[in-house]
Amino acid sequence: MHPKTRDKLIYTLVGWLAAGVIFFPIFWMVLTSFKTEVEAIATPPKLFFTPTLENYVTVRERADYVHFALNSIIISVGATFLATLIAVPAAYAMAFFPGKRTKDLLLWMLSTKMMPAVGVLIPIYLLFRDTGAIDTRWGLIVVYTLMNLPIVVWMLYTFFKEVPKDILEAGRMDGAKPKQEVWMLLMPLSLPGIASTALLSIILCWNEAFWSLNLTTSQAAPLTTFIASFSAPEGLFWAKLSAASTIAIAPILVFGWMSQRQLVRGLTFGAVK
Amino acid sequence: MAGTTTTATLPSASASAGKRSQRNVRTLPLIAPSVILLFLWMIVPLAMTLWFSFQYYNLLDPSVGGFAGFENYTFLLTDPSLWTAMANTLFLVFWVLVITVGFGTLLAVLFDQEFYGRSIARLLAIAPFFVMPTVSALVWKNMLMHPVNGLFAFFARSLGLPAIDFFGSFPLTSVIIIVAWQWLPFALLILLTAIQSLDSEQKEAARMDGAGPFAMFFFIILPHLGRAISVVIMIETIFLLSVFAEIYVTTSGGPGLASTNLAFLIYLRALREYDVGGASAAGVIAVILANIVAIFLVRSIAKNIAD
Repeated sequence: MHPKTRDKLIYTLVGWLAAGVIFFPIFWMVLTSFKTEVEAIATPPKLFFTPTLENYVTVRERADYVHFALNSIIISVGATFLATLIAVPAAYAMAFFPGKRTKDLLLWMLSTKMMPAVGVLIPIYLLFRDTGAIDTRWGLIVVYTLMNLPIVVWMLYTFFKEVPKDILEAGRMDGAKPKQEVWMLLMPLSLPGIASTALLSIILCWNEAFWSLNLTTSQAAPLTTFIASFSAPEGLFWAKLSAASTIAIAPILVFGWMSQRQLVRGLTFGAVK
Repeated sequence: MAGTTTTATLPSASASAGKRSQRNVRTLPLIAPSVILLFLWMIVPLAMTLWFSFQYYNLLDPSVGGFAGFENYTFLLTDPSLWTAMANTLFLVFWVLVITVGFGTLLAVLFDQEFYGRSIARLLAIAPFFVMPTVSALVWKNMLMHPVNGLFAFFARSLGLPAIDFFGSFPLTSVIIIVAWQWLPFALLILLTAIQSLDSEQKEAARMDGAGPFAMFFFIILPHLGRAISVVIMIETIFLLSVFAEIYVTTSGGPGLASTNLAFLIYLRALREYDVGGASAAGVIAVILANIVAIFLVRSIAKNIAD
């Protein structure tokens, strides 16, 4: 066999083996979601069984699951929308009209993201308690908006910087007002960038588990909090937990796979290109 | 707000296009909302935490109050549980870093090679990063590490070994395994991006000069990855210093304080014992710890913005 072909086969084998090991817990969870509760805890574990959709039906029928999923969607999308709305003007100003302090300002914004959330848990919790924001969707939306604002500003800034200035300049010459310039030229031109920024923000909101566990209990609890309630030892329904978890992570897994590249940009604040 | 915007944008209509790009005045109302909100979100609560840390303040006992001086701090610093939590925090950060950066580098090199179905294999390998922390913790806890019905227990038994009670006997190690599994894809993703930016001509030249795979790895790839690795270490450290959900759903910090880190200790003090003063003092320590790392991270980001 040609040495190059042999190498490729070895890499294929090792590469798939590594990917398989890493992915295994997720695979096992999805598999378990198609078992009955008895099969789910059977020893030896069952690799072959008659798949059932029973768990998904049960999970779907339980009104509270829909309630938690809806909370997750409303909170993630709401916070992402708000953060983008606030961040677009700031990113636009910093990308196209940079001043002496723009860089410092950007770094300051990013540095707020590096503050550990536990450092402000107590004041935020007390403020929420006093304003009645605990266990409300809008409360969590506000927290997530502010939590993601630095990353959203940062990502939009890098995307706006890639928009050729000449086009905006030409629009200005044709008499486009600043508002028109942003909405009719900049936004359509950087739509892919805005979309992937929004996607990353939704992923981060959806999976956030510190604030959701501490600030919500039931009314506004998103899926992260709901799944955590399965940790009680008396409520061991593995197959149902698996089905609920599979639905909870599926959309985000797809989003994440779609936005791998932009993810690197957003999560490393551009420190790795 | 609307008023400021109109007055500020007025000159732009009359001024020539050339002059516009030089003006900085108009940017203020555009940037202000973000800055003000972030200021309110971080600096104000941080100041409150600092203030509380010098107060006697208990949520259940209103009779306790007043200026405490450094008493919260002296109490905290002489409390062995702080040092246990601190040691656990550092132990967790260190080992997760070793595992994720070590395996992440190897996997990045592996996934940089051409092979059949590489892009699909890569998708599978980065998947854990998108699983919400409560789900991954519970999947590991129940389905893999469970001492009776878990898959690992089954493997151990079929090899004739006693099943390991992961969360009973090795609580912190178990948490480390779960957290490392979640963060390995992050290291892999960043390092792979960095490797792919390596000049292929440089690699080719090294190969021509007779560099074997090992020489290639240690003298070409690893030096090139240096910066990316340091970024991965810094970002992971900041997040790992406050691991919370994984501990919350698996061990609740126990048995005893065996798997309590600083973040969980603050949570216990504040929302379980209602000691706002003491928890705030611990919060200040957590912020200082994260800031030591953040300073280096900001510096390395600043370098790149300048480029």
